[in-house]
Amino acid sequence: MRRPSVRRMTALVTATVLLPALAACGSGDKDSGGEGDASSLVIYSGRNEKLVKPLLDKLEKAVGAEVEVRYGDSAELAAQILEEGDRTKAGLFFSQDAGALGALSKEGMLRKLPSATLDQVDEAYRGSGGDWVGLSGRVRVIAYNPDQVGEDEVPDSVFDVVKPEWKGKVGFAPTNASFQAFVTGMRVLKGDDATREWLQELKANGARTYAHNLATLDAVEAGEVSLGLVNHYYWYERVAEKGEDKVNSKLHFLPGEDPGALVNVAGAGILKESGQSETAQKAVDYLLSKEAQTYFADRTKEYPLAAGVTSSVEELPAFESLESPDIDLGKLASLQETLAMLQDVGLV
Amino acid sequence: MPRRARTAGRRPPLVLLVPACVAALFALLPLGYLAVRALERGPAFAWDVVSDERTLELLGRSLGLTVVVVAACLVLGISLAWLTVRTALPGARAWSVLATLPLAVPSYVAAFAWLSAEPDLAGFGGAALALTLVSFPYVHLPVAAALRGIDPAQEEVARSLGHGPLRTFVRVTLPQLRPAAAGGALLVALYVLSDFGAVSLMRYDTFTRAIHTSYRASFDRTPAAALSVVLVVMTVVLVAAEARTRGRAGHARTGTGTARPALPVTLGRWRPLALLWCGAVAAVAVAFPLGTLGYWLAVGSSAGRDLGGLAETAWATFAVAAAGAGLTTVLALPVGVIAARHRGRGARLLEQAAYAGHALPGITVALALVFFAVRYAYPLYQQLPLLICAYAVLFLPVAVAATRAAVLQAQPVLEDVARSLGRRPWQVLREVTVPLAAPGVAAGAALTFVVCMKELPATLLLRPTGMDTLATRLWTETGAGSFAAAAPYAAALILLAAVPSYLLGRHRT
Repeated sequence: MRRPSVRRMTALVTATVLLPALAACGSGDKDSGGEGDASSLVIYSGRNEKLVKPLLDKLEKAVGAEVEVRYGDSAELAAQILEEGDRTKAGLFFSQDAGALGALSKEGMLRKLPSATLDQVDEAYRGSGGDWVGLSGRVRVIAYNPDQVGEDEVPDSVFDVVKPEWKGKVGFAPTNASFQAFVTGMRVLKGDDATREWLQELKANGARTYAHNLATLDAVEAGEVSLGLVNHYYWYERVAEKGEDKVNSKLHFLPGEDPGALVNVAGAGILKESGQSETAQKAVDYLLSKEAQTYFADRTKEYPLAAGVTSSVEELPAFESLESPDIDLGKLASLQETLAMLQDVGLV
Repeated sequence: MPRRARTAGRRPPLVLLVPACVAALFALLPLGYLAVRALERGPAFAWDVVSDERTLELLGRSLGLTVVVVAACLVLGISLAWLTVRTALPGARAWSVLATLPLAVPSYVAAFAWLSAEPDLAGFGGAALALTLVSFPYVHLPVAAALRGIDPAQEEVARSLGHGPLRTFVRVTLPQLRPAAAGGALLVALYVLSDFGAVSLMRYDTFTRAIHTSYRASFDRTPAAALSVVLVVMTVVLVAAEARTRGRAGHARTGTGTARPALPVTLGRWRPLALLWCGAVAAVAVAFPLGTLGYWLAVGSSAGRDLGGLAETAWATFAVAAAGAGLTTVLALPVGVIAARHRGRGARLLEQAAYAGHALPGITVALALVFFAVRYAYPLYQQLPLLICAYAVLFLPVAVAATRAAVLQAQPVLEDVARSLGRRPWQVLREVTVPLAAPGVAAGAALTFVVCMKELPATLLLRPTGMDTLATRLWTETGAGSFAAAAPYAAALILLAAVPSYLLGRHRT
């Protein structure tokens, strides 16, 4: 039996430890530009690189400074910023949802935005402390399979999908953050008891659970279920990818301020202590500009939130025409209780 | 049974003790952070979180899952190790490489693959299946290394005394495999306790879910830290339990001369069955995930065939994982040697310290390192050296377990001889202990390399801004729903994992 010689192993180990370390030292000067450097900007992005990188490349040109982007999960990045405290490297936090921004706002880590910036966005879609602003919106809808359901048969309220005629025909993604935000919204609007009852009925009615919204939409496409509770943009992305004639399912936007028509937003806030406020402010203004807002509409099929910009996506109902429930997005921070409820009911 | 090692009671020499203490302190960093965060709002609040009825229930669910996965991994790992090392199984070498690869499959990829094939798997069964199939190499690798190191003389004696092959295996071989198998089982248990990816996709609610909920839903680090402390306590209990199973027996051969390699067992009419078993495991643990990836590639329209980018990412991953494995192995060496050669409270504490944080979810360890680095090592923050240190903190026990099992098989008497010939402790270590334990240590390094490669949460938080590994790319692509674009990265992870296990195999022949 031949054994690896100690000397060879030692050499290998030393080399593997030292080489990358040396490489890191070599590139260290370039990377350490974060804190206090007014000419550059570090963005912590909870939004997926695939979705926003082209936009952030354009942003770099627009603000005229070097921009570094760190991608991660919105909640984990928020926790990281909280852990970093005053020494955070982040100048701007670009979050997938309002909750993570609210968490930083609550700890007083975000800088108040000038009213010229805030006023571009409807009051409902920005932080109540004026320290973060919504950039793009997504609305909850019901996707349906027209081979199985006529357009006029699709329920106008999520409360109807628990009726016996939909037994085993509804799909949803219980672990998805947007679904959970919607349940939280329902709790705020209709109270905990009504929400718990709805969840129990949903389960008892044999609604099928999927890993995420895309899988839910696929199930509607395939006729596995007739109705799916999803976000609107998945369908429009599918249409853009495959062509409308290849997409079988259709969307129904719920009227009458139904909880099932909740609007969630992605947004951004400026970190107080980063020393990058000036560049970060330019970045926020760019993200609210017509160019960036149009990017959200075209690329991610979301609703632009800045006043005066409308989506040019075909067949997308105008944002103003949506009959979404009026709700303080800050209150969606009580997600903890929603999860406890979902666990009690046995859906997650 | 050979007598227990004579060196057992002696105090470890400084040349071992000092680096071992450094390694242990390193591994204890997350606990320091947990103490700060958990007590932020006073002990009463932390106690309320921990003593909640739901917490206990979740702990029970986590433990139930752990028991089942550990049992299944022992069966898979030991049977495959015996078949590939000790029998005349056709293609033994290839099977043995195949048995390492599942470790490179991130648990959420395995869970996702199974769920997309069979949505009804969601729940306890699916979580147990996915976790078993990605973690049985933790048992397989050390047991295979131990089987190679066992002197076949004892087994031959047992056979000559009339024991059948099965009886010989159970009465003679298995007890000698105990340290390696128990060490592997402990790693599996801690892995299951810390896993979030598979259980969340399978919608089986466990303890880590409560921790993640605390971060994600309420953005609150205090309850997360309090709950994490419970996992640390669980770890200490499990490590102590594993130590108890070790018993007092020695595991090194005591005879004179050099051990011969064992004669391979001819399988005879069992051969087709043995092949079928190996084939079935390889099919579900390796071919199935790879097949799913192939399917994603074939049906998805999002496939970007950016081979240059893939190669660059694969190289970066290889380099950082190799560095992580190297540092981890170096730190683990003194701890593993002390754990194998010395008894007493000090040695036990050192080993326990190395394990203490290993059941913590990656995000908790990552935040702990953010906490310390921002305060005490700011120039290193979000730089490669810190990421490499993070891997060492996360995976120290993987290398410690391998080192310890390997050293246990080396004859302590050889070290005594070296000492009696006037060798200093570090010379004994360099000239006797390490060379004898080298195959097992190398196996541990290979394991560590593979788990470093697929690490996600700490890599996301601590990597230099803009750097990508295969695991982070995989996360990005699946997060955007582009499964076809994700597939090459997942496949590259699995293929890269074949490199160390293939190299290890070369030394066996």
